[in-house]
Amino acid sequence: MSILVNKSSRILVQGITGNEGIFHASQMFDYGTNIVAGVTPGKGGEWVLNGKVPVFDSVKVAAEATGADVSVIFVPARFASDAMIEAADANIPLVICITEGVPVHDMMRVREYLDQKNIKLVGPNCPGLLTPGEAKVGIIPGNITKPGNIGVVSRSGTLTYEVLYAMKNQGLGASTCIGIGGDPVHGINFLQTLELFEADPQTDQIVMIGEIGGTDEQKAADYISRYMTKPVVSFIAGQTAPPGKRMGHAGAIIESGTGTAEEKIEALRSAGVQIAKHPEEIAQILNR
Amino acid sequence: MKLHEYQSKKIFEVNGVPIPRGRVANSASEVKQIAEELGGRVVVKSQVLVGGRGKAGGIRLAKTPSEAKDLATIILGMEIKGLPVRKLLVDEAVGIKHEIYLAVVDDRASRSPVIIASEAGGIDIEEVAQETPEKIIKIMIDPLMGLQDFQARDIALGIDLPRPLWKNFVQILHGLYNAYKATDASLAEINPLVITENDKLLALDAKMVIDDNALFRHPELIEFRDLDVEDPAETEARKYGLSFIKLDGEIGCMVNGAGLAMATMDIIKQHGGNPANFLDIGGGAGSSKVSAALRIILSDPKVKVILINIFGGITRCDEVAKGILAAFEEVKVKVPVVIRLVGTNAEEGRALLAGADMETADSLVEAAQKAVSMAGEGV
Repeated sequence: MSILVNKSSRILVQGITGNEGIFHASQMFDYGTNIVAGVTPGKGGEWVLNGKVPVFDSVKVAAEATGADVSVIFVPARFASDAMIEAADANIPLVICITEGVPVHDMMRVREYLDQKNIKLVGPNCPGLLTPGEAKVGIIPGNITKPGNIGVVSRSGTLTYEVLYAMKNQGLGASTCIGIGGDPVHGINFLQTLELFEADPQTDQIVMIGEIGGTDEQKAADYISRYMTKPVVSFIAGQTAPPGKRMGHAGAIIESGTGTAEEKIEALRSAGVQIAKHPEEIAQILNR
Repeated sequence: MKLHEYQSKKIFEVNGVPIPRGRVANSASEVKQIAEELGGRVVVKSQVLVGGRGKAGGIRLAKTPSEAKDLATIILGMEIKGLPVRKLLVDEAVGIKHEIYLAVVDDRASRSPVIIASEAGGIDIEEVAQETPEKIIKIMIDPLMGLQDFQARDIALGIDLPRPLWKNFVQILHGLYNAYKATDASLAEINPLVITENDKLLALDAKMVIDDNALFRHPELIEFRDLDVEDPAETEARKYGLSFIKLDGEIGCMVNGAGLAMATMDIIKQHGGNPANFLDIGGGAGSSKVSAALRIILSDPKVKVILINIFGGITRCDEVAKGILAAFEEVKVKVPVVIRLVGTNAEEGRALLAGADMETADSLVEAAQKAVSMAGEGV
């Protein structure tokens, strides 16, 4: 078991013939991910990845031909909202957008449309999902973790890899690792991910890696204190970040004094979450 | 990207939000000429991208064109919160009966645009929000449907606007919403929207902030960027696709990934040091990016040591190490360097760097401790 993706997920890659798309699709393919189709408008009929994956002109045609049920998007920011809406229009139930730099106004419309169609979105500006040993849907390196019983959810990329790697060095593996993205308006949030991990029999503990900006961590803390039975360990980045400045991620900003690391840590701590002082300490806490 | 008042007013005007007659000027003599055209009584307004211009003396009323010229000379010589005044907006002076606050803003929590309005305009809205929150009303806008007339009327009712002005108010709010939509703004604010002595609605001030990620589809706005508000190093970093923010400490940081960069800063602080900057070199780490990053970090004379923290994922550590070596050939680094390489091909990467004059570290904590002690900070 795992959450959201596993070895039987039928993956479609939007933007599969672009530089990023083909590079990461081949990494996903080599990992053993079940990629059933690619989409690049105007390149329908071609085959990629040593002739093993067909390319289609549209998501709708690709989904009808292959039964794809997950789409991962690698198109440039200016085309990303169109790609997400196209996937939703073809009723792909899970859409993962890796693209960084999607305008906020686009994301507000996309989120509204996808919510109305009851379609799950991960990202944008995220590293995607990895269910070790089963499916890699995105850009999380496959070799830095192994199958295990710890669910990992994060707003950041390399910081998550750092934690996965430290976990692996301590003999710990992940059930699923999910990057929810660093943008202010995005898809699935911490709370929804925690619900999925709580219900997943293979997940025994959860790691939640947050950062400054917004209130997702505070809402998660509320959920944890009310409903979670599984232990949660957390690290919040940005304790030294100055207010009013975007720290790389569009969503990592302290606005009008809210969204600070201190308030998030306080909320999580009072919900019974163990707070790590640095990312490497997460693995040590999990092993206690 | 923040826009100046005069830039925001141009966008307002195009979208049907009424603004006072006025023009922007670069010199005191130009100000005098504009004041003459406008009939004498004008407001001379400094154009700098900070709040509190009025309190700092950067907004002044002139009764005659020659007074306007004198005030312009004074204001053009000012610095407001560290920013030089280079441009002035000269607006006709207007008699004011009442001041209203009106804004459209991205609301992160509801993932939709929100209209914020208050009958108590003209002053700091955050102060109003703290002291008299009942005087602020908010209405969420469906991002697919856009602003509806009834919502605009609800706002008019909520701020106690006289009924004869409702029709015009609805038009103005649509104009403001359109200005927000058309420019991919995260904020479009009128503070104050006034009722004049002739019972007309007029936007006396204007403030807009544009989503940087949307600038690709607004070539007309790119020339509006004011580089005075940025640290020159931040402007330089943007050219190379680096995400850089200058801070006050002594330890320069170069990290791949925004989250990891923040975590690295935090750990430096935990060990008694102070980060000199936030710097995310992003995916990949070719020598040209690394050298640009080094030059930018070293342009700060306070930097006593550099900490490089790289996690190799898809990008292999040996490739990163080669980039770093090449960059060190190019940029003469006179301060000590602590480097930590972890992840894919870290061993190979470390072997490549073995001959170089750098301190290595295995863990993040060890890297931070070494950097802090080399900078002579901490305990």
